[in-house]
Amino acid sequence: MIDFPILSLMTALPLAGAFFIFFIRGSEEIVARNARYTALYTSIFTFALALYMLARFDGGLADFQFSERYNWFPSLGISYHMGVDGISVFFVALSAFLTPLCILASWESIKSRVKEYMIAFLVLETMMIGTFCALDAVLFYVFFEAVLIPMFIIIGVWGGARRVYSSFKFFLYTLLGSVLMLLALLTLYFQTGTTDIPTLIENPVARDLQMWLWLAFFASFAVKMPMWPVHTWLPDAHVEAPTAGSVILAGVLLKMGGYGFLRFSLPMLPEASAYFSEMVYWLSVIAIIYASLVALVQEDMKKLIAYSSVAHMGFVTLGIFTATTQGIQGGIFQMISHGVISAALFLVVGVVYDRLHTREISRYGGLVKNMPKFATIFMILMLGSVGLPGTSGFVGEFLTLIGAFKANNMIAFLATSGVILGAIYMLVLYKRVVFGAQINKDAAKMPDLNPREIAIFIPLVVLVIFLGIFPNFVLDRMAPSVAKLQAQYNAGLYTEQGLESTDHPEVLINE
Amino acid sequence: MEILAVFPSLFAFLIAGLFGRQIGDAGAQFVTCAGVILAAFCSCVLFFDIILDGDARIISLATWMTSGAFEVEWGLRMDQLTVIMLCVINIVSACVHVYSIGYMAHDPHKGRFMAYLSLFTFAMLMLVTSNNLLQLFFGWEGVGLASYLLIGFWNEKASANSAAVKAFVVNRVGDFGLALGIMATFFVFGSVQFGEIFSQAPDFATHSFNFLGFQLHSITVICLLLFMGAMGKSAQLGLHTWLPDAMEGPTPVSALIHAATMVTAGVFLLVRFSPLFEYSPLALQVVCIVGALTAFVAATIGLTQSDIKRVIAYSTMSQLGYMFFAIGVSAYGAAIFHLMTHAFFKALLFLGAGSVIHAMSNEQDMRKMGGLWKLIPTTYVLMWIGSLALAGIPFFAGYYSKDIILESAFADHSWFGMTAFWLGIAAAFMTAFYSWRLILMTFHGKPRADQKTMDHVHESPSVMISPLVILATGAIFAGVIFYKPFVAGDSHAVQEIVAHETEVGQEAKAPVFEGGHEDGLWNRTHFWGESIKVLPENDTIKAAHHVPEWVKLAPLVAGVLGIALAYLLYMWREGLAQKLAHRFKPFYRLSFNKWYVDELYDAVFVKNVWRIGRIFSVTGDRKTIDRFGPDGLASLSLKVAGKLGKFQSGYLYQYAFIMIIGLLAMVSWLAFKMLTGV
Repeated sequence: MIDFPILSLMTALPLAGAFFIFFIRGSEEIVARNARYTALYTSIFTFALALYMLARFDGGLADFQFSERYNWFPSLGISYHMGVDGISVFFVALSAFLTPLCILASWESIKSRVKEYMIAFLVLETMMIGTFCALDAVLFYVFFEAVLIPMFIIIGVWGGARRVYSSFKFFLYTLLGSVLMLLALLTLYFQTGTTDIPTLIENPVARDLQMWLWLAFFASFAVKMPMWPVHTWLPDAHVEAPTAGSVILAGVLLKMGGYGFLRFSLPMLPEASAYFSEMVYWLSVIAIIYASLVALVQEDMKKLIAYSSVAHMGFVTLGIFTATTQGIQGGIFQMISHGVISAALFLVVGVVYDRLHTREISRYGGLVKNMPKFATIFMILMLGSVGLPGTSGFVGEFLTLIGAFKANNMIAFLATSGVILGAIYMLVLYKRVVFGAQINKDAAKMPDLNPREIAIFIPLVVLVIFLGIFPNFVLDRMAPSVAKLQAQYNAGLYTEQGLESTDHPEVLINE
Repeated sequence: MEILAVFPSLFAFLIAGLFGRQIGDAGAQFVTCAGVILAAFCSCVLFFDIILDGDARIISLATWMTSGAFEVEWGLRMDQLTVIMLCVINIVSACVHVYSIGYMAHDPHKGRFMAYLSLFTFAMLMLVTSNNLLQLFFGWEGVGLASYLLIGFWNEKASANSAAVKAFVVNRVGDFGLALGIMATFFVFGSVQFGEIFSQAPDFATHSFNFLGFQLHSITVICLLLFMGAMGKSAQLGLHTWLPDAMEGPTPVSALIHAATMVTAGVFLLVRFSPLFEYSPLALQVVCIVGALTAFVAATIGLTQSDIKRVIAYSTMSQLGYMFFAIGVSAYGAAIFHLMTHAFFKALLFLGAGSVIHAMSNEQDMRKMGGLWKLIPTTYVLMWIGSLALAGIPFFAGYYSKDIILESAFADHSWFGMTAFWLGIAAAFMTAFYSWRLILMTFHGKPRADQKTMDHVHESPSVMISPLVILATGAIFAGVIFYKPFVAGDSHAVQEIVAHETEVGQEAKAPVFEGGHEDGLWNRTHFWGESIKVLPENDTIKAAHHVPEWVKLAPLVAGVLGIALAYLLYMWREGLAQKLAHRFKPFYRLSFNKWYVDELYDAVFVKNVWRIGRIFSVTGDRKTIDRFGPDGLASLSLKVAGKLGKFQSGYLYQYAFIMIIGLLAMVSWLAFKMLTGV
């Protein structure tokens, strides 16, 4: 345990940094430089706190740790309640890990409005960490929705040519979901009189209401994942977003949907989750196969990786809703692994984009000649994305499939075909960009990675391999919380089962 | 000792890979060669340790992953089967490493090449030492990765890159089956540890579960799924198309990966799972038939190819077919025996071919060779040794292993065993034919290359020849030395009926093992220990020793006839080959075009996958989801806004934005009222 409010500190620190940057004055150049350094140091310090939190986190406990609770609106029963368990602690760490890398990645590529850019990123970090720490539904909702604002601005201001269309599409989709979620939260509040998440979990509402609430939550989380068919905002958003924006989008923002399923849908609405699980399986399988096939024919690198994200997130939703130990753990692991790998892959695209200012695959080729270090790093990340054993990508994918096989082996059968398609689009991408003849003279002249870029990639690559060989570092720490989640889920089913007919007897048998 | 047999390659890879620039090419060559030679030495020590002392053991290294009941660890399973594979892999790999120093002497990326070879060796060792399915899968995909990297080693060549991707993807199709097999194993047995699976197998002999909507026999499902993985890795008919293309890689790679070791991983997997396969007659039948067909079809294709490496590649595929149908008739020992002898003589043939290619300034087309034997006599002799072993001529290694396979197939007395036997005899005939076609086209007749190339022809340096000599020694003696322990004598599974069998007389010489008796150590029972399981009624190797005399002679006769035919067509009656090809044109073209499998796959799968991808991308995402989703909403709100007529100028999306918010607010409010019933 830690005797100071570490979660609030981590949440507030980036905001403080942003505040500080806001008051930097002087010539444009000095402002830009100071803003960069302030943002970098703030985010590194936040990451150091995250490491400390991880070190002090007791992996043997299922409960929320480092809890803080203050009354916020006592008359309404809303409080400022923070805490992390074995599930959220890794998402907090992931957010804090990626932000400094993003700031480093934007060091040279962002030239205009640096001050505002850095402010936006630090605010974004606050919102991300807050989302994963919040234990009060209202607090959660505030962070969860506020995340969109800096992201929206990052895409809309520093994005590419069609940034307005993209950011609008992005906003439209997510707004639709969030309105419905707000409704659901309000309903929950009126039904139970509390917005405290742990309390809500312990007092499930009636079955019929669960169904409606589940659908409302689903609308919000499915868009964030994104699940098929509400995924079309993602490729556009990625294409137009600046590199670091894509990194955070793929690395953290997509995980909020999955986290929402774990925090709300499964434990609070177990009956509905079981009822709709079959639907989620099919949507996930469609996402895996459909998005992989679409990724295959993309000519834009970022679009290709964006579609691969949709496919990888399909494994997450599939795993979570099997409600098996392997499925849930695999889903969480897959989110963390994808957070590292896809973030790194967008950085890879950023590296060549900074040099040639195009994302078109056909403009590249033969990069291994002039950029051997880049080729090596890209190779490892590509293999992680393909899910080669020994990389983190394999662990998440395989565990979810093990879980899926228990729940419904037809689904597992179809989802496994995704591993073939995944190999095709990534290998073809790599072949076209890195191998072959050097067709484009400009591409052939691009310099290899500079020390700053290497410094960005090394931690990512190390993490991909470390988590691939010793995944228990994560799996062990999340095990008690996942077991607790399953217990809550099953308890919910049992209590309802007494009243209802046995719709899903098979979901009870899972270990 | 176990660690030293497995991990030097990993360290060599890391050193050569990470610090290649610092230690230079020579440093990388030294580190990798030293690593694998050390490993080869340790494997031999382990071989005697484990086989003679019967000291099979399991060493746990670390936990890999734990998720509920799904527990997997990193470990080394050191039993008889593993240690044989260890020796084969490390010895052949050591030969190839050393050979590569000479072969790749003019390549600018020597260090990287050596690093990849070591990576491959390590992955292969992880595969065979695994004590659970998941670590096996780790090695399995690892060798696939190394194979991908090495096929595409000359990465400026478009054909090499495509071949590399093809190899990886076709293997992934097989891995799809293997991965499902692992999931099914965990689902049925609740574990992926070999020990737990195998010990439970008898209890699950009649167990069934619902798979894809059908109630199916569990063990059969698992076995067939695992076999699908084996088919991909071992290039069995249907998933074989990558292997010939893989010849785009440097020749040492073809020898090590695509002949001696990686492609035999499928054989190893199935033999490892003999305790399961024994309980699924159906799976064994399928394996037998697929293997037999592969042996036959690959041999027919080998007849007409003109690329020297592709001929040997199809020959490899054909020989793998033999190993599989041996497994199909429960002759696991024979399959591994052939795996071992084949590793020696096929690596020898490939490296010999490499020596020819090296001499011919990288020419691979046999139609442009000829008349080389006086110029490179050592290579010529070595190629003869390899071919004699491959054709199954007496006292060479292949004679023992191929014959025991064919005899076992015959002794199975089942329809599929008989099919395999006859297809195998036909393949043996063709094998001998194309092997001598290769020798005659390459080394005899008039030189068909231009003068410049011919002037440049030279014998390879000793760094390339000495590994060949080691392999040649194996190709000559491995059969006669290891015949007895691998396949002769009694099996522990049939000890109950040993009393009855001793009357037959022939078997009486191989007594049941009792303590340190010298003769007892060196028999099948003791040799394999617990690592292979054969049900007494399936023991075809035992029955193979009692087949009629003509069955034992048939492969030899077929081989000799094949050689004679080759001499007739390519030495004594030149021109007859063309006439025959013309006469039997449909067959010739079928063979020459590899039975049109690539064309079929291209039309059925490759084109359609891309087409569906395009349909989903354009029609699915843009024309349907976007049109009726966000874009539809936006334009709808724009229309409404237009009608209101107030916002004449300005930003399209601002309108849309405002509209949507208004709309949502209204809907929300209504829904909220309804839900809460206020």
